[in-house]
Amino acid sequence: MLKLKAKLSSILSNQGPKTLFDKIWSEHLVGQREDGTSLLYIDRHLVHEVTSPQAFEGLKISNRPVHRPEATIAVADHNVPTINRQNIEDPQSKIQVETLAKNTKEHGIQYFDLMDQRQGIVHIIGPEQGITQPGMTIVCGDSHTSTHGAFGALAFGIGTSEVEHVLATQTIVQNPAKNMRISVNGDLPFGVNSKDLILYIIGKIGTAGGTGHVIEYAGSSIMGLSMEGRMTICNMSIEAGARAGLISPDQTTFNYIQGRPYAPGADHWDQAVEYWSSLPSDNDANYDHEIVIDSSEIDPMVTWGTSPEDVVSVKGLVPNPSSAQTENKKKSIERSLEYMGLKPGTKITDIKLDKIFIGSCTNGRIEDLRKVASIVKNKKIASHVQAMIVPGSGLVKKQAEEEGIDIILKDAGFEWREAGCSMCLGMNPDQLKPGERCASTSNRNFEGRQGRGGRTHLMSPELAAASAITGNISDIRDFT
Amino acid sequence: MDKFNSLKGIAAPLPIVNIDTDMIIPKQFLKTIKRTGLGVSLFYEMRYDNDGNIIKDFVLNTSPFDQSKILVAGDNFGCGSSREHAPWSLKDFGIKCVISTSFADIFYNNCFQNGILPIVVSPEQLDQLMMAATNQVEFSIDLPEQTIKAGNHSINFEIEEFRKDRLLQGLDDIGITLGYQDKISAYEEDKKNKKPWLFKDN
Repeated sequence: MLKLKAKLSSILSNQGPKTLFDKIWSEHLVGQREDGTSLLYIDRHLVHEVTSPQAFEGLKISNRPVHRPEATIAVADHNVPTINRQNIEDPQSKIQVETLAKNTKEHGIQYFDLMDQRQGIVHIIGPEQGITQPGMTIVCGDSHTSTHGAFGALAFGIGTSEVEHVLATQTIVQNPAKNMRISVNGDLPFGVNSKDLILYIIGKIGTAGGTGHVIEYAGSSIMGLSMEGRMTICNMSIEAGARAGLISPDQTTFNYIQGRPYAPGADHWDQAVEYWSSLPSDNDANYDHEIVIDSSEIDPMVTWGTSPEDVVSVKGLVPNPSSAQTENKKKSIERSLEYMGLKPGTKITDIKLDKIFIGSCTNGRIEDLRKVASIVKNKKIASHVQAMIVPGSGLVKKQAEEEGIDIILKDAGFEWREAGCSMCLGMNPDQLKPGERCASTSNRNFEGRQGRGGRTHLMSPELAAASAITGNISDIRDFT
Repeated sequence: MDKFNSLKGIAAPLPIVNIDTDMIIPKQFLKTIKRTGLGVSLFYEMRYDNDGNIIKDFVLNTSPFDQSKILVAGDNFGCGSSREHAPWSLKDFGIKCVISTSFADIFYNNCFQNGILPIVVSPEQLDQLMMAATNQVEFSIDLPEQTIKAGNHSINFEIEEFRKDRLLQGLDDIGITLGYQDKISAYEEDKKNKKPWLFKDN
């Protein structure tokens, strides 16, 4: 408790060096209790159809209004079909989508409906519309809200009761997080990109490695990434157990935001940039944990098990439970291998695939689609695989079509779908069947995640594209 | 919200690490617009086979564990998705307390919103409690005293004061926060002047 108080006083006092997290936190404090529990102001709230109906119902029961409807943006993404979307066949999904439309209308909240080109995965459209900005606090009833941290915004997932709390008060009750910094330095090796980097990090620190922390990603490898690459990194912070991921805003960030529909206009742009430029962590700021990684040690990465920490180089082998250091770990590997239908010692590149899924809030942006197109151009997917590509938003889809990417992908044998979360979690009809094995650019390889009995291998869009062509998990570096 | 004060009963052992919220309640049950009725689907894929028949040897399908109010689980319980359907389904099944060495942050918060007490213990303590649970020893949880008693074991646990008070009194967070309406309005007025672009409302 003493430690917490010391921590609080260092955040609250304006003296002393601060991290990016400390700065955003103290700027948003409405009040705090002796034990550290704080009331934090929320700048933007993103809402989707799955985790909000019970929150709106709660408001209704208590007869409470929405405190600031204009700070909330809503979209349906989890449930929506990626074909024939005029008619949602699943009656429950249909009710959820209709309930969101009704609730947002009743409370005067901006809603991008299914026919709106701006519709898409909530974490794709926030940045795309310029809603996501540095220094903001952003919440959403979805764990991948950490994505928005790529802009230097403190963004985290919340439960439905907290969604109701934010709607009613525009604040949230939180305890301060600890600071962790992960620095990755050096030029990324050929064939290695942001997805490999974050999978490598999760493998290194484990799925609970970031619990209680906000992870700030730093170093030349990180700062050299595009905004799309930075979003992929921050997106999977939750898979390392962190509350949020953060990357310092810089010129790359400002260039991405400028001119987008919800970005600050010319009247406030300079003032906003001046503030955003003050946000990066002070040079001598203190971190509770520091990890430094040399990017030359990173290969293209693939998951073999049922947790995102079950990760190995594409050149590696499926692990042997007998080499585990603890009995718990051994049992966990055995359980994963049984579920995944894999034998210890199998070469990763010998694993044969049934399906390819390219999309999700992790890798459903235009840059991802361009990479896939460049790899599969003038090639055909393997005859035994089914490959599906789901753009992250209607606008990503439109842009890809303007660039002719859809033609390249369709010629190669990919199915070209409408925007949504799709087979990342399979709430809509896009699911794996029992025993089917999928190369997926999404974020979770949990048991049953993509469909009961489905087997997921997480990887980058580049690896998924190469694997679609060969029909086996493939190393992009061997692929010509 | 339901109050939590003390609890007595047998505890179900679930010695699996990284139990994620997809395992606790799979996606097909997130299509509801209600908070109730999810208990029957708790741990669905471990409890039922592909045809929907009960898997008899899963702990929550066996007597007396099918009446458990307490769950003892492996490290990093509740990781993954933020779905509050996870604590809703635990509560609907009858589980009011989960014991593990660590919990994912969002799940941990969600428990307190639903009158469920998540307790963090050390790995050695977890081993002892897992054994006690397997042997059907009666557990006794006392929140005011912050203790777990099970057979010969007596363990003290930590919890933040504010969270403890809210559980003991069954308080609703929103009601408490609305008491600070003046402070929230003052904060907003200040920021409108200092950071006007944040209020260029959509």
